[in-house]
Amino acid sequence: MIESIQEINNQLIVLFVAIPLLSFVATLFWKNKQENSISGIVQITKSIYIIWAVGYFILWGISGSPEIHLNLLTIYESNDFVFAIHFYYDRITAVFSLLGAVSFFLVTTFSRYYMHRDEGYKRFFNTILFFAFGYNLIIFSGNFETLFLGWEFIGLSSFLLIAFYRNRYLPVKNAFKVLSNYRLSDVALMLMMWMMHHLTHSNIDFTELSKVKIMVTQHKQETMAIFIVIMILVSSMIKSAQIPFTSWLPRAMEGPTTSSAIFYGSLSVHIGAFLLLRTYSFWEDMLWFKYTIVFIGLATAVISTHISRVQPTVKTQIAYSSAAQIGIIFIEIALGFHFIALIHIAGNAFLRTYQLLVSPSVLNYLIHNQYFHYHPTPVKKLTKLKATFFILGIKEWGLDQFFYRYLYTPFKWIGKQFDWVKKTKSILIIFILGIISVIYFLANDNIKSFDGALSISMLTIALSLVLFSFSYRGSALRAWGALMVSHIFILAGISNNEKEIKSVEVFLYISGILISFIIGSLALYRVKKIDKDILLNQYHGYVYEEKNTAFLFLLSSIGMIGFPLTGAFIGADVFFTYIKTNQPILIILLSTYLIFMEFASIRIFIRIFLGPHKKLSHPVAFRSS
Amino acid sequence: MDIYKENNSSALFNTDRILSELKHYLPSQQALKDFIHHNSLHAFQHMKFYDAIFKASNIFGYHVHLELNEYRELYTTGRIKKEILISILSKKDKNIDQWLGKMLHHHYDILKQPRIGQIRKLWKDVYKIDLDGLVHPRLFRILCVFLDQGVAIDRFPIQNKSFIESIKELEQKSLVSFFKTKSTRELFTNGSYSIESLLKEIVGDSQYFEQYLFDSHFAHNGWSGFVSSVEDNPQTLLDKKIITFKELVEFELLIELDTITAILGDSRKPLANFIKEKPTLLFEDVNKSEFSEVIELWQDAFEWSYYDTVLKGIQVFNKKRNELDKEDTLQTSFQAIFCIDERECSLRRHIEATDPNCETMGAPGFFGVEFYFQQHDSKFYDKLCPAPVTPKYLIKEFSTTTERKNELLYSRDSHGMMTGIAYSLVFGFWAFIKTINALFKPMMSPAISNAFGHMHKYAKLSIENKDPKDIENGLQIGYTHEEMTTRAEGFLKGMGLIKNFASIIYLVSHGSSSANNPHHGAHDCGACSGRPGAVNARVQAFILNHKNVRKILATKGILIPDNTCFIGSMHDTAADIIDYYDEDFLNDTSRIEHEKNKNKFEIALNLNAKERSRRFASIDTKQNLNEIRKSIQKRSVSLFEPRPELGHGTNTLAIIGRRKTTKGLFLDRRAFLNSYDYTTDLDGEILSNVMRPIGLVCGGINLEYYFSRVDNLRMGAGTKLPHNVMGLFGVANSSDGDLRPGLPWQMIEVHDPLRLLVIVEHQPEVVLKAIQSSPEVYEWYKNEWIHIVAMNPFDQKFYLFKDGMFEHYEPITKSEEIKSIHNMEEFFESSNEMETNHITHATKENLPVYLLN
Repeated sequence: MIESIQEINNQLIVLFVAIPLLSFVATLFWKNKQENSISGIVQITKSIYIIWAVGYFILWGISGSPEIHLNLLTIYESNDFVFAIHFYYDRITAVFSLLGAVSFFLVTTFSRYYMHRDEGYKRFFNTILFFAFGYNLIIFSGNFETLFLGWEFIGLSSFLLIAFYRNRYLPVKNAFKVLSNYRLSDVALMLMMWMMHHLTHSNIDFTELSKVKIMVTQHKQETMAIFIVIMILVSSMIKSAQIPFTSWLPRAMEGPTTSSAIFYGSLSVHIGAFLLLRTYSFWEDMLWFKYTIVFIGLATAVISTHISRVQPTVKTQIAYSSAAQIGIIFIEIALGFHFIALIHIAGNAFLRTYQLLVSPSVLNYLIHNQYFHYHPTPVKKLTKLKATFFILGIKEWGLDQFFYRYLYTPFKWIGKQFDWVKKTKSILIIFILGIISVIYFLANDNIKSFDGALSISMLTIALSLVLFSFSYRGSALRAWGALMVSHIFILAGISNNEKEIKSVEVFLYISGILISFIIGSLALYRVKKIDKDILLNQYHGYVYEEKNTAFLFLLSSIGMIGFPLTGAFIGADVFFTYIKTNQPILIILLSTYLIFMEFASIRIFIRIFLGPHKKLSHPVAFRSS
Repeated sequence: MDIYKENNSSALFNTDRILSELKHYLPSQQALKDFIHHNSLHAFQHMKFYDAIFKASNIFGYHVHLELNEYRELYTTGRIKKEILISILSKKDKNIDQWLGKMLHHHYDILKQPRIGQIRKLWKDVYKIDLDGLVHPRLFRILCVFLDQGVAIDRFPIQNKSFIESIKELEQKSLVSFFKTKSTRELFTNGSYSIESLLKEIVGDSQYFEQYLFDSHFAHNGWSGFVSSVEDNPQTLLDKKIITFKELVEFELLIELDTITAILGDSRKPLANFIKEKPTLLFEDVNKSEFSEVIELWQDAFEWSYYDTVLKGIQVFNKKRNELDKEDTLQTSFQAIFCIDERECSLRRHIEATDPNCETMGAPGFFGVEFYFQQHDSKFYDKLCPAPVTPKYLIKEFSTTTERKNELLYSRDSHGMMTGIAYSLVFGFWAFIKTINALFKPMMSPAISNAFGHMHKYAKLSIENKDPKDIENGLQIGYTHEEMTTRAEGFLKGMGLIKNFASIIYLVSHGSSSANNPHHGAHDCGACSGRPGAVNARVQAFILNHKNVRKILATKGILIPDNTCFIGSMHDTAADIIDYYDEDFLNDTSRIEHEKNKNKFEIALNLNAKERSRRFASIDTKQNLNEIRKSIQKRSVSLFEPRPELGHGTNTLAIIGRRKTTKGLFLDRRAFLNSYDYTTDLDGEILSNVMRPIGLVCGGINLEYYFSRVDNLRMGAGTKLPHNVMGLFGVANSSDGDLRPGLPWQMIEVHDPLRLLVIVEHQPEVVLKAIQSSPEVYEWYKNEWIHIVAMNPFDQKFYLFKDGMFEHYEPITKSEEIKSIHNMEEFFESSNEMETNHITHATKENLPVYLLN
């Protein structure tokens, strides 16, 4: 009996991702004004989802709370690379699943009326459902590949909801800021998977992590392990807004209050803690690493609390105090108090969700309070220490500057040095050069003995092209073209580096990129026709008049960066494994390339399609809103 | 000095003049707790409406009318009528075919950029610096921290010092700085700068100073406007802050200087060096374009399509009434005096339908008594009268209970580090239960703004002055008998209520309860400075019941019978609840009457709820009345409901006259109804007083709705869904956004942007005299910010005010176009839910006029 329940449970785990995904697809077919149909689907989904989450939990409990696995499907397989979707359910998943189902239930119920007649009613629920799909992929994932898919989906849905009011400047700016942070987290995760792959020579499941841990000590591969855990930590720190990555969290509160509540109050922001819990068995014996987590958690708790105390706006105050609690959750995880950590996560999630949902009431409540309890602050001497800390708090300890100073500005500067590429002729020449090298490298095995020098130059060219595109202020089409050409050089570099590259991988990669490029170019051409101006030196806000084109271009711009949408995703993932652990320059080049590829591609999207619409025949928001 | 010679007049830079000019044009919204409606373009009110709005648009980039294609769609759907359009064209001697072509089909290219920002944009063009992006977040943050009223847990550490002085002290003591460059920090701390010297550094040429400052401050007019308002009305912040607009200007320039020095170093040159072409002066005259003429015609046609029907409806109705006219011989059952607020228009209609023998009247909702009110135990006073009035009286509340509930989850401890752990571990799940409750069982809670919470129902009020020396903070506590009488007399005479008193007369004030709504003040009574009017109703009822007052009134010819009793009460316009105060005034016989009347009010409230539910998608209008009533109440305490009520949305009319003239008309909650009886005031002396607040209060509301409707992004607050409460005084988007004055989208969505049409029942000469009694009043009409029509009771004709005089106006709508409503409930049920919130859908259900059968 119990065995059969377990068997069923194993299979049915798929429903957790299937429910939101199907519902997401179902909501795509309605018009914005068909609110009842859209919310009908969402209401059904949320009910099934919560019943299913609770029911599954109970069944699981009855059957003795075993660890449940399901190897759903293998998407791609070669000699030593497997890309498979695996699911897994244990105590941690159980908590996150219940938390997710309940939060989703509360927030969608709330939003049903709250979002009524909003211009983006449909868009809102689409994105929330897509988010639920991504969230469940993460928490039910059985291996890193599955988790990574969810990681990317969550990033994209976050971006879309922060930039929900897409014809205003600040949401777009801040969405890009958050996306940039998330991208770092994605790439850290990719690097982690890359190292893990080289460490184990296979694609491992989470259940095998403790085995890998033993293997590391046996084979004395501590350096690789150190690299892996650091990448895990970086990527969780970013997602959970830990120091020094905290400042994106208050800036993410741009969408409707309800979406801020579910993303940054409850679910999304605790995902970093989830990753740490999930990988705990891998690093549980690394004392130094635990100290590091404790240190970071403590620093976040102290500094975020301090910043929160001087925040004069309601949502930013909640954001910082939530980040502080997650810091403490990190400490609890590191110290192994996982039960407390899980309760803490749930409690913090519910508390912040509630506080965000009712945040507009604060005005009335506190003013009313003030009427009866006001007392002027006693005049005290201002000490040096107090003044310093006060200013530090208001400046958010300089955290917001951090990103710009160390990432944007230097690379933008480098990009500007390649401004000469901007002539269409030079792009074409580089393109032809790229094609020739690809063909040559693919056909010839002989010259592959340059110790990677050729690969390094190919990747350097690719990176330069991307940086050029990232800082270019001229025509969007040229920046877009440069991105395409850069892919050729990646291909050239990789095919030079790896003898065993398979034609199917090259095909997957090229086909995905090419489709994205063509669709994207057509979209840009269409927009160019309107006013003959698609320069990247300003925001154009074309989504106002070209909704569908904007959507198409969004798809192609994420296709261009190898988002799990086209075959390029698999291609790019395999390519990563073709770089050896003893090729630090190549891996640095490739990961920097991947980071800026996304910045550049999304930048084109937001500059052309988002932001204040440039035509004034209708009301257009001020830039300061 | 050469420069000065060349540009003599514009080069003379006078800081004070420019600052006061700037202040004049900035939005003047105070803290949200004091929501006072006003004309968003008050700075242009000295000009004719159309000239003003197009000028404002040219200068500041505001969108001041509907979009051209929206007018065209309204025309296609029939809401703008062809015959009206043609009549307007022919009145203006335009070639009809040619202009119809232009209006309906011509494509106008309107990509023009506003004049504001021309100089400031050079930062981007020349230096590739996004100065706004670099300066604004820092500036807003510092301002918000300084002005914060109690969001932050650590309060601003310096008291009793002005903005600049406070920041200076912080800078002097601190080891870190707000400034990026040492030189600017030193400049700031040793104070050796002036606006002029800073501008010289940044801009260079003094002839551009003024324009540059306008550019800077209209890049964030929310914050600048708020600082300027706080300077002028410091009492708008309970926790007093000393700040002047000048300080803001100085500080912003310092931050700008700091930013550009940090980026460009000393090699930078002043901005004016790069001005190749002289920019258009901001306030230079605007040429009338064909486009603006087309818009004018459309707007006129839109307005008159509505006005004309209403006038025709009133005409048809009064003709019928005159035919049947027989003196009312029936005894009036009771009288109820409501606020003139257009939301009470429907309740009055329903109460009259429930009891045809009752009489309703309208008067501005402060009911003629102006004072400050102090809640029991409160440390602050609330002004309860129209905003421009400064009362000399204080009325204090003495409550029987002092208990005030707190909301645990709003506690500051939840933001502490260690207390936060306890909160999230323990109360996290409590929060979960609270959320569930809020979703499925919305109830009144301390976090919800409760209209009835403003004054305790059984509290005592210090209405009667015991001793003229009883003075607190310069305010006399309560009124003396003479002062009471003056107010009673003015109040009664204004409405023409000087005889035929019923045995019970209700004074129905109003307020509004709503949850999760920073703009709740905008739903309360505009005549009480955006607060519930319950205290005013109680005070005036007390005065009118006072024996001595009645004695003195009798000497003035106003005889209130002994058995007449005034009862104060309040209508919650969101929840549709009425509560009554001081019912002890009633004697035994009238108490029985009162119980009956209460039932009638309940029936009327049910019907009113039904009528309102017509516009709410969440309520099925076909349900039974009690269900609807419950849903309406639930709405007012639902955290997830961004539209607890629709506020003043759809307001367009103000009718000043006897209720008789409109009592059988359905005006769809769009008319401010002020009772006034010309027969008691043939020479129009009272009328001047009655007309005084109409422009300011009704016109202010109307124009704020107009402008927030036509440009919700620049003159309104945008959708309220992402709003973030800043320092308890305003809302903004995001953490670094500009403050958003004006009304949020959810409030103006159903509003038709039409100017107010005032209809006064009197002879045109008398009305003219009344509106000309003061220049401030006359300006509204003279410059066409409000339309006014005299309904002459002697010849039964309408006279329209135009270019300084009244001219006969004959509605062109045909009598048969005025439809009748036979069954009110069926009529409400037949309304359609709006398809989208596009103007053609959202305002489809805004009805003009129906006869009631």
